[in-house]
Amino acid sequence: MSQQIETAKTPSPPAKESEGTHLVREIMSGNAVISVLAVVVALVIGGILIAVTDPRVSAASGYFFADPMATLSAIWSSISEAYGALWRGATYDPTARTWQGQLGIFETLTFATPLIFSGLAVTLAFRAGLFNIGAQGQIILGATFAGAVGFGMHLPPVVHLLVVILAGALGGAIWGGIAGFLKAKTGAHEVIVTIMLNYIAISLVLYLLKNQLKDPNSSNPISPQMDANALFPLLLGPNFRVHAGLILAILAVIGVAWLLNRSTLGFEYRAIGANPKAARTAGMLVSRGYITVMLISGALAGLAGVAQIAGTEKSLDSEIAGSIGFDAITVALLGRSKPWGTFFAALLFGAFKAGGTSMAVNADVSIDIVAVVQSLIVLFIAAPPLIRSIFRIKESRREGVSA
Amino acid sequence: MSVTAKLSPSIAADRVAIRSWRTPIMFGVLAVFAVVVFVLLGPDGHATFRLSQDGDAWQVPNLVVPAKIFGIVVAVGALALAARSYQQMKNEGRISKWVTMTFAVLFVMGLLVWIIGGTNTQNITLVGLFTGAMLITTPLVFGSLSGVLCERSGVVNIAIEGQLLAGAFTASLVSSITHNAFAGLFAAAVAGMFVSFLLAVFSIKYVVNQIIVGVVLNVLISGLTGFLFEKIMKTKVDGVTIFNQPTQLPNLPIPVLSEIPVIGPTLFRQSIIGYFMLVLIVVIWFGLFRTRWGLRIRAVGEHPKAADTVGINVNRTRFLNVIAGGAVAGVGGAYFTLVAVSSFSKDMTGGLGFIALAALIFGRWNPIGAALAALLFGVAGNLQSILSLAGTPIDGQFLAMLPYALTILAVSGFVGKSRAPAADGEPYIKG
Repeated sequence: MSQQIETAKTPSPPAKESEGTHLVREIMSGNAVISVLAVVVALVIGGILIAVTDPRVSAASGYFFADPMATLSAIWSSISEAYGALWRGATYDPTARTWQGQLGIFETLTFATPLIFSGLAVTLAFRAGLFNIGAQGQIILGATFAGAVGFGMHLPPVVHLLVVILAGALGGAIWGGIAGFLKAKTGAHEVIVTIMLNYIAISLVLYLLKNQLKDPNSSNPISPQMDANALFPLLLGPNFRVHAGLILAILAVIGVAWLLNRSTLGFEYRAIGANPKAARTAGMLVSRGYITVMLISGALAGLAGVAQIAGTEKSLDSEIAGSIGFDAITVALLGRSKPWGTFFAALLFGAFKAGGTSMAVNADVSIDIVAVVQSLIVLFIAAPPLIRSIFRIKESRREGVSA
Repeated sequence: MSVTAKLSPSIAADRVAIRSWRTPIMFGVLAVFAVVVFVLLGPDGHATFRLSQDGDAWQVPNLVVPAKIFGIVVAVGALALAARSYQQMKNEGRISKWVTMTFAVLFVMGLLVWIIGGTNTQNITLVGLFTGAMLITTPLVFGSLSGVLCERSGVVNIAIEGQLLAGAFTASLVSSITHNAFAGLFAAAVAGMFVSFLLAVFSIKYVVNQIIVGVVLNVLISGLTGFLFEKIMKTKVDGVTIFNQPTQLPNLPIPVLSEIPVIGPTLFRQSIIGYFMLVLIVVIWFGLFRTRWGLRIRAVGEHPKAADTVGINVNRTRFLNVIAGGAVAGVGGAYFTLVAVSSFSKDMTGGLGFIALAALIFGRWNPIGAALAALLFGVAGNLQSILSLAGTPIDGQFLAMLPYALTILAVSGFVGKSRAPAADGEPYIKG
């Protein structure tokens, strides 16, 4: 706490950097109980929304005083149907018509794959005190680069996939690197630059899809299909969409965990994130740190683009990134900016996506409720005092200061 | 602009000592661009700007500009101004405002003539260009004014997009239910304030990082309005979506003034929201830079500790400003459903909240600067849609990139010096 007052005292440019310091501490502190409770509260609020907008509930509430149980049972069936469908869609649904449809868990893993990559991208930048809102643009650039070599070249198996992966990482790294370079050399705030780069990326890909990357056989702005050799192999045969990108994602989690916790570079990043002035005093090149961390972060987001184009989508269009880039921010926050935390948060959000589709079909609850629940989770996690006051938890000790 | 004027002498002296060559370099690059593109690759023939519409009372002859010659004039002017900026930076350490302004205006005019001259038809109706641009500019101005109010007091407002969307949704819903557009307008302001309230509670009371709150609020509002849109607005009664049929705000042309060519249809044939926008720009500018209220807000945004010391309640000031900003953005959101189009649709703000953020930064956290930036971005956006079929020399997608690219150049110091309030984004904890 005292450190914040220090920063308020000196509103000169160096004080700006301490914003990142505060951010790191904020995200790293707190514990698992708060996270679980945040998920619970968010689900409860989502449930209230589902119940309130359900016509059966409003019909039953018309005679609430005559038969209060009818209202309550209508509320119960409304919420339990929606969340039941969500749960079954994300894990195992015995009522589905086909046996492939029953195993929603693999859809969860498929949706989680790009989220793991992009969540790691945001996580890594967070730890160096940078807020990478630009995962969206980096995913688009990654997918564009990967696509360009994926359908533009014809290489032997394995080699082609490797080239696609490298190209995607390069595309993302360029887009992330711009933000890192401008932050390091001119002090331009990375949040602003990455937001703007997101929109430039969309315009750029739309332009390329009308010209260089357009499928000549289609009238829509869409690219040709990826070469068969350029695709991630499917892990469980043609019945499921889950692909080898998941294995690469797990390797990336291990890699980022090693980078952050075991390597010299990771130590520098954490030092810069914790206190850039001290890091500079200790002889670290803060500007080089900003550039390299954004290059790696962008490359990770670029791999999310590869997972999209070489895993699930198989051709490039302007919607290739969906909402993954923004989900990545919430994933990283929920994962408390730790690699394995991000991994599990990505699984949870993958489950929300897989289950949300089933909920929309089977319980007539729009998938938008998932966005509401996700954002509420992050809001509550970011404000532990709020959750503590809801559940009357006493703050037993000061957390996270040592991080 | 006034930021630099308000700096203390010592800091101003520092500025003189540190010569930034970015602006002269930028001018030089743009001048070379003008020589190559406007002159060497420039179109032949004429660019015709139609100033009057057929039904206008005062008919003004068309403005016909020979494209090549105008290109040469712009290129020579740009070169001269670039040289002048280099000279000024070398001798005085700063570039005077008129050089920057003239350069900007000249370059934009050159670009416009080049684009129009390069199309198949080589003509454009300025009235159409500007009235169409106002459809984009109006919400942008409200959004960026919301940003001005929040950020001048030290709270970063990334949630402009969410505020606009909440305003658009609520305006449509309430106007449909009450059949009263003003009720919708009022409700939109309240909805914007609700989003702001969340932003204020989380960022000021719970000291959550303001950027996180903003990003998350955008997702929350997008999800919430999308969910309610599916659940409520798509409900049909007798085949009509009764909850998404907002009563519109009428256009109120001002007599005489609305007959002025180009300016009249653009500024004086608007709905009440449009006039409110013009008033608000002036009021917020005057309030911020000429009143005690504004001085306090800027103090809180620049140096909260000092403001606290002289007895200003920092967090209350911020709270009120964020709420006021929400109301402003909410009204801007109402423009979508009460004026621009006739019903709400999912995520209809389409990222304009982020362009508003760009306008705010490009306009240097100044209400008038932000409004001019919003106008520029609106014209660029509308030009893109007008020219999408006309075979332009430049692809529309590059015009679409313009606001974002300019903003990146502005924050990295290549186009003027865009500096945020010093305590922007910093939570204040009294102690």
